[in-house]
Amino acid sequence: MPTRLLRSPLSALRLWLLIALTLCAFAQAALAGSAEFEQGIELIKTNKYDQVEEGVTLVASSRDPRAVGLLAALQDSDLYLRKADGRLFIATRSDAGYDLIDPLTQAAAGVAGQRDLKRIRINNRLRSQLRTAVATLNLTHPDAVVRLTAVNEMLDRLDADSLALLRDLAGEEKNAQVREGMTAAIALADLEAEEPARRIEALDQLEGNLHPAVQGGIQRLLSQEQDAEVRAAAEHVLEAIQFKRDLYGFAETLFFGLSLGSVLVLAAIGLAITFGVMGVINMAHGELIMLGAYTAYIVQQLMPGHIGLALFLAIPAAFLVSGAVGILIERGVIRFLYGRPLETLLATFGISLILQQLVRTLISPQNVPVANPDWMSGSWQINSVLSLTMNRMYIIAFCLIVFTALYLVMRKTSLGLQVRAVSQNRAMARAMGVRSARVDALTFGLGSGIAGVAGVALSQLTNVGPNLGQAYIIDSFMVVVFGGVGNLWGTLVAGMSLGVVNKILEPWAGAVLAKILVLIFIILFIQKRPRGLFPQKGRAAEG
Amino acid sequence: MTKTKRIASAATLAAALSFGITSLANAADTIKVGILHSLSGTMAISETTLKDTMLMLIDEQNKKGGLLGKQLEAVVVDPASNWPLFAEKARELIEKDKVAAVFGCWTSVSRKSVLPVFEELNGLLFYPVQYEGEESSKNVFYTGAAPNQQAIPAVDYLMDDLGVKRWVLAGTDYVYPRTTNKILEAYLKAKGVADEDIMINYTPFGHSDWQSIVSDIKKFGSAGKKTAVVSTINGDANVPFYKELGNQGISSEDIPVVAFSVGEEELSGIDTKPLVGHLAAWNYFMSVDTPENETFIDSWHSFIKDDKRVTNDPMEAHYIGFNLWVQAVEKAGSTDTDKVIEAIIGLETPNLTGGKAVMLKNHHITKPVLIGEIQDDGQFAVVWETEKEVPGDAWSDFLPGSKDIIADWTPPISCGNYNTVTKKCSGQNY
Repeated sequence: MPTRLLRSPLSALRLWLLIALTLCAFAQAALAGSAEFEQGIELIKTNKYDQVEEGVTLVASSRDPRAVGLLAALQDSDLYLRKADGRLFIATRSDAGYDLIDPLTQAAAGVAGQRDLKRIRINNRLRSQLRTAVATLNLTHPDAVVRLTAVNEMLDRLDADSLALLRDLAGEEKNAQVREGMTAAIALADLEAEEPARRIEALDQLEGNLHPAVQGGIQRLLSQEQDAEVRAAAEHVLEAIQFKRDLYGFAETLFFGLSLGSVLVLAAIGLAITFGVMGVINMAHGELIMLGAYTAYIVQQLMPGHIGLALFLAIPAAFLVSGAVGILIERGVIRFLYGRPLETLLATFGISLILQQLVRTLISPQNVPVANPDWMSGSWQINSVLSLTMNRMYIIAFCLIVFTALYLVMRKTSLGLQVRAVSQNRAMARAMGVRSARVDALTFGLGSGIAGVAGVALSQLTNVGPNLGQAYIIDSFMVVVFGGVGNLWGTLVAGMSLGVVNKILEPWAGAVLAKILVLIFIILFIQKRPRGLFPQKGRAAEG
Repeated sequence: MTKTKRIASAATLAAALSFGITSLANAADTIKVGILHSLSGTMAISETTLKDTMLMLIDEQNKKGGLLGKQLEAVVVDPASNWPLFAEKARELIEKDKVAAVFGCWTSVSRKSVLPVFEELNGLLFYPVQYEGEESSKNVFYTGAAPNQQAIPAVDYLMDDLGVKRWVLAGTDYVYPRTTNKILEAYLKAKGVADEDIMINYTPFGHSDWQSIVSDIKKFGSAGKKTAVVSTINGDANVPFYKELGNQGISSEDIPVVAFSVGEEELSGIDTKPLVGHLAAWNYFMSVDTPENETFIDSWHSFIKDDKRVTNDPMEAHYIGFNLWVQAVEKAGSTDTDKVIEAIIGLETPNLTGGKAVMLKNHHITKPVLIGEIQDDGQFAVVWETEKEVPGDAWSDFLPGSKDIIADWTPPISCGNYNTVTKKCSGQNY
């Protein structure tokens, strides 16, 4: 076909021209982008807050694929200047020092020591800017989870630019959850729309959304809304949100209570053995907890870089250390004072002071840092209102494990049998061939060891210092007395219920008054039932 | 009979327990300087460092040839974080050891406990810690910050620079946080902040379960207005507080916390990850880059023989207080209390942040105010500072009761509690 032959060179030329032009335009855009990107990097290199801020704006608007990595590194304070040549690197700590990555080429660039590098400093204003920038860039991230967090981040700080972007993206979004988030963000912005109908539509879309930004947005709307229909709709939606929030708020309080309760149970359960079963008023119980916490610290110091493993190893180690100290106290002091509670009280109080000062002199009067493993920090986000903190969940679980283990020891082992025999009737047990002195020492050691294990758990929640124990001794006695002396179940129920009651009272009474109220409640309760929640029955009770 | 015996033995034991450390002073021809800081008990965590700082300053002064041709001699006592014991030990220092001046106390309650002793025996106390104000004694020099040198500028910063509209005032339940929060509340209301935008919360000493309080703060902060926490939470209760903030996902950009009691020393004992980006207001940071500060840090490291030890704000306050006292003694030519009190007013000495500290007529000093953001190495990056030093104000201008009251220890007023309206000195001594 001649016509075709004739036309083909022309069309081919056209095609080529078109391709060349497009490529050119692309290249130009890319060039302009990368020029912006590089200019931004130059500004970041100055390491001055206001210039870094401008730099971040440039890098973010360049839409360069390398931008996310760079900004995220800056956000995490992983961006450094090499002092020798003033170049910028993303650095991560490793065994050799810092591993460098060139943010321009994304290639590894060797290692550097801490002294060769200077960190790019950021402040809160920058952090906030970076968060928005990274979230905006992440909206197009291939991973849906990242996109979802990005959308949720943006709900708080919507502006015209990000809204335009969200409107563009919402139509194409495949993931239902992410799309929902995007619609919510757009609806939130639509609350300020001119037409009442659009405002009502936006309210419909926001119904049941628990994100705090939504509540704030509707409250803002209500404060200035004139249209009666919109007001009614807004009030309805807000009410529904408030109801759900209250419900989840109650669940949260319950969780807080149980976690406080499990701390109380952990602290008290060792005492339930020494005070409850043996009847020894051990004022040094708190210091045995403290020794456990210090053991966790020392094990962690011995194994740098293995925080999680060190924590696991610390559990048996703390049991042995505190248990050994406990046996030493029992053999050295308490056994001479059986049946003389006042003297026991004073002597163990003295021991507690000695142990405190010992730690102060030998280790430091300062608190010591016990690191949390990564899997223990952060929280499990159920929805925008309810999130359960990881460390507390582990503590609840740990408390139940310790309780079960101790319960089994007391019920199923021969040691447990002997302990119960001696505590119920010492003379009869001796007559049956139980070596009561040895059982006393072992029981006291067991109670003390459990206190040490509690110390490891507490080291993850609170400060490890010489005064750690004092904070828990009163609470421990309270739990044991309330639960009923000599009863492990009583300790568990008492600890948990005191925790929950405390947390329910706290929001409206304040932390100080809540504690006082709980104490008064226990005093009144003991007046009514002197033997606690679960009194021992039968002949044992008279002993 | 046995019962009395038992109680008697218990009493003996108790007496033995409370037996403190008494240092023996010898009667050579030296000038004695008393150091009244707890070396045991709850406050040992903060106060031990100050004792060492004083020993270092005295040691340095002795190397420079002492004072008035005599060597200085430190008399260290341990009040063991026990407030009544502070008064006893103060009496012992002044009456028995005849010290020329005492450097000491940390908590306000310990200061209030020793105050009558210093006034009765006409001693000299240099108090190095930020406090709630509303006091000016003839015998006490306050080298730490008054509320207008720490709390008020910090609130100004949050309001003007960060645009904070809602305020949580959280503190430990004792005199310093309660008074400071009263001043701040009055100040915020004067600035037009509504009642429902202020939340006040107190917790006991050493509080460790912050779950519901942090959750409340989170709810309070989600009302669509920028929220900040002004924290007067004391000592080690801070660590679980910040941890809980981190765990519940509250970052420093969402709800910044500005603390008045968290310094380098407190941060050195903890994992700083959850604290990064939160703020603290002080008059000195270890990270301030001046030659004076560098020298101070170097001599501290070589004195304590540990390069990892940090310096902090109360240490600088002792540095300033000690230098002012040395100057005053040299100027007066004597360590006599009345002569030193007269000589010290108006004296000035370089502080560690590149400025000057002047002793004012109300026994407070001028200080710059710095706001720092916590970094992950436990140091602070200064994000804001006042242009020049702020003079300490003993009586707050924002409390109705103390608005018209000033302190001026120079004639003709010579009063720590002078009402400028009625022109009368109150019957109180301070």
